[in-house]
Amino acid sequence: MTREMTGAKMIVQALKDQGVDTVFGYPGGAVLPIYDEIFLQNDIRHILVRHEQGAVHAAEGYARSTGKPGVVLVTSGPGATNAVTGLTDALLDSIPLVVLTGQVPTFMIGSDAFQEADTVGITRPCTKHNWLVKDTEKLAATIHEGFHVATSGRPGPVLIDVPKDVQFATGEYQPPKPTASHYQPLVKGDMEEITELVAAIEKAERPVFYTGGGVINSGPAASQLLRELVEATGFPITSTLMGLGAYPASGKNWLGMLGMHGLYEANMAMHDCDLMINIGARFDDRITGRIDAFSPNSTKAHIDIDPSSINKVIRVDIPIVGDVAHVLEDILKVWKSRGRKTNAEALANWQGQISEWRAISCLSYTGSETTIKPQYALQRLEALTKDRNRYITTEVGQHQMWAAQYLNFEDPNRWMTSGGLGTMGYGVPASIGAQVAHPDALVINVAGEASWLMNMQEMGTATQYRLPVKQFILNNERLGMVRQWQELLHGERYSHSWSEALPDFVKLAEAFGAKGIICKDPADLDDAIMEMLDYDGPVIFDCLVEKHENCFPMIPSGKAHNEMLLGEAETQGVIQSGGAVLV
Amino acid sequence: MSALHIKKGSTKHSAYNLRPNFSDVQERHTITVLVENEPGVLARVIGLFAGRGYNIDSLTVAEVDHTGHLSRITVVTTGTPQVIEQIKAQLGRIVPVHEVTDLTVAGPFVERELAIVKVVGEDDKRVEAMRLADIFRAKVVDTTLNSFIFEITGTPDKIDAFADLMRPLGLTKIARTGVAALLRGE
Ligand SMILES: Cc1cc2nc3c(=O)[nH]c(=O)nc-3n(C[C@H](O)[C@H](O)[C@H](O)COP(=O)(O)OP(=O)(O)OC[C@H]3O[C@@H](n4cnc5c(N)ncnc54)[C@H](O)[C@@H]3O)c2cc1C
Ligand SMILES: Cc1ncc(C[n+]2csc(CCOP(=O)(O)OP(=O)(O)O)c2C)c(N)n1
Repeated sequence: MTREMTGAKMIVQALKDQGVDTVFGYPGGAVLPIYDEIFLQNDIRHILVRHEQGAVHAAEGYARSTGKPGVVLVTSGPGATNAVTGLTDALLDSIPLVVLTGQVPTFMIGSDAFQEADTVGITRPCTKHNWLVKDTEKLAATIHEGFHVATSGRPGPVLIDVPKDVQFATGEYQPPKPTASHYQPLVKGDMEEITELVAAIEKAERPVFYTGGGVINSGPAASQLLRELVEATGFPITSTLMGLGAYPASGKNWLGMLGMHGLYEANMAMHDCDLMINIGARFDDRITGRIDAFSPNSTKAHIDIDPSSINKVIRVDIPIVGDVAHVLEDILKVWKSRGRKTNAEALANWQGQISEWRAISCLSYTGSETTIKPQYALQRLEALTKDRNRYITTEVGQHQMWAAQYLNFEDPNRWMTSGGLGTMGYGVPASIGAQVAHPDALVINVAGEASWLMNMQEMGTATQYRLPVKQFILNNERLGMVRQWQELLHGERYSHSWSEALPDFVKLAEAFGAKGIICKDPADLDDAIMEMLDYDGPVIFDCLVEKHENCFPMIPSGKAHNEMLLGEAETQGVIQSGGAVLV
Repeated sequence: MSALHIKKGSTKHSAYNLRPNFSDVQERHTITVLVENEPGVLARVIGLFAGRGYNIDSLTVAEVDHTGHLSRITVVTTGTPQVIEQIKAQLGRIVPVHEVTDLTVAGPFVERELAIVKVVGEDDKRVEAMRLADIFRAKVVDTTLNSFIFEITGTPDKIDAFADLMRPLGLTKIARTGVAALLRGE
């Protein structure tokens, strides 16, 4: 086979050689040569989205649900700028993406040409790395490097900007070379630190595992090893929003999610522990609350592949730079070789304390016969779907937190949510990306009506590709999370936190060629959910829920873990002005 | 405080040296960064400092290895020990960065800056400027009947001192290169 080819053909060839089966994209003048090449082949499937932001979130859903990098192709100028929110989202949540953008021809760069934007300049702070390729000879190698960078170390989005003349010109195709890159983050942890952690594990009286998205990033082996370590030591385990599913929710050591809207027992365990073992989490401010009151009496270990995550927010005693799976393997090896010791007696007391906290039942809420409580809707959704091959995506807001609290995740890569950036509009396209990757699975987007509207155009994509995504909208006719903060922090002045003109979601579904279901009576809920599940095609489910429900537990901004609010009665005047400054 | 000499990807020393010993004291550190000389790499480094709110007191850059296309960026920054550690870790994450060295920690090191200084004056002031320049081993690189341009190299402190002395003698303009620095010994 001749290695001489056009840049456009090289791009398609490089994607094939990287094992890409799906590209999410949207055409335009600056990428037409690439679209021509896509037209001429059948190995790579192109999913035409309705908005470039949708392409990037769909690629994120694809990536998070498969563990493979997501691939996006968009045009120059507005195509590229529309991708910026998705890139930032992927950067904050460490999602591997390769985004290809068209650019005006090299000889026109800098002339304010039609649809010219300084794409590498605009996306420099929101990508892990990016490149402008000015020479066709370098194009293939750059794409291979892009995949390497996106997926190695701490994963993230990369962008490759390709001027149109570079797509037309010919050059020699370079196949992938495994050792070509100088970028080789270390994956093995330091054995002395690991041994020190094992010694701490042996002595710990009140230990807790605090796990995060890094376990998911590290791959299925990491989750397996984590399960082994947790079962073997008997230590309780909590996880961030991003790490749900790494350890099964049905596991006996599971405390539930921690953090601002995490479970009482998880946050209390974090606050009172004497050994905190952070595995692939980054001490986000949703977790730590007030820094100077964060877990004041614990020895802290932190396993993270990115040295900059360590000591960024919280000072730790045992830092271990490395990949979760590699480090856990070594921890297990050392711990076993030293005789599998734990402080059993103290652990039993600790478990007893945790049971007392658990007995508070922090997720209980006041039920209703007449209106659907959002928590109830999710409990029913859980009950009716838990045995299925299920993937969940969410939008951003109260519904997202309730989904994290009331749905149970037994495996990694089953839960796709925008954590770091908190991007409303993430869920619809992410559900499409997950469904494209898993055509036979049940994919549900748990949404709030306001977020859902932000990228609802992607329902067109769902119908075009016969993707049976289920859009489960908890419709409170409010920007619920904003309303909750206004209630608690701004004297119940509900400034612009509701939509006065919501669409008729059933008609909207029909307009898109999907099925619409509306439900407002708790008595009808199960049947309505079953109707959604039984329908072989995309569904928009308009679930009319209680309008002024608040999401609890809640650690108010600027408060410590042991100062959680558990319900309405406790909210009076608790948040001081210092906390109101924080987001 | 200990070094975080991040040889790209390596944690050879870093795991121990990530151990915190943090105080609130502002420290001045000279950090050198060996980078692939690709377009935009300086923008990445500057963008990192701007975006994360770190200080840049001085910054110099030039290609140092023409065949390997490597440039050395020397940046002088101030911050608390925790911020300095973050700066180094964040620099180490930038993909085209090969090596980050904190000279202030790894030291001893040699630090030099070059400045050219225009001094306009007549009579006694002119004579005094020449005399002081001599003491500082500054060279005259241009002269007219009522002005000099001096070239001076040295530590930033020395250049500050020279500029302070020249100010009453008619210093009108000064151009400084920023600091270049290297570790002593092999
Ligand atoms: C409305 C709203 C409310 C929220 N409330 C909460 C809440 O109550 N509780 C909560 O937990 N979150 C909450 N979040 C999410 C929160 O903002 C953060 O996104 C989340 O806590 C970060 O998760 P993480 O620490 O697991 O880090 P991630 O963002 O998943 O980062 C992963 C970490 O692991 C490291 N890593 C990556 N790959 C590897 C590897 N292979 N090996 C080792 N390390 C690796 C990375 O360097 C990074 O430090 C909320 C978000 C929103 C939008
Ligand atoms: C793009 C974007 N804009 C604004 C916000 C701020 N914000 C966070 S939650 C929220 C309300 C979400 O409302 P809805 O989707 O209806 O969900 P609910 O909280 O009612 O469950 C808003 C406006 C955001 N996270 N993202």
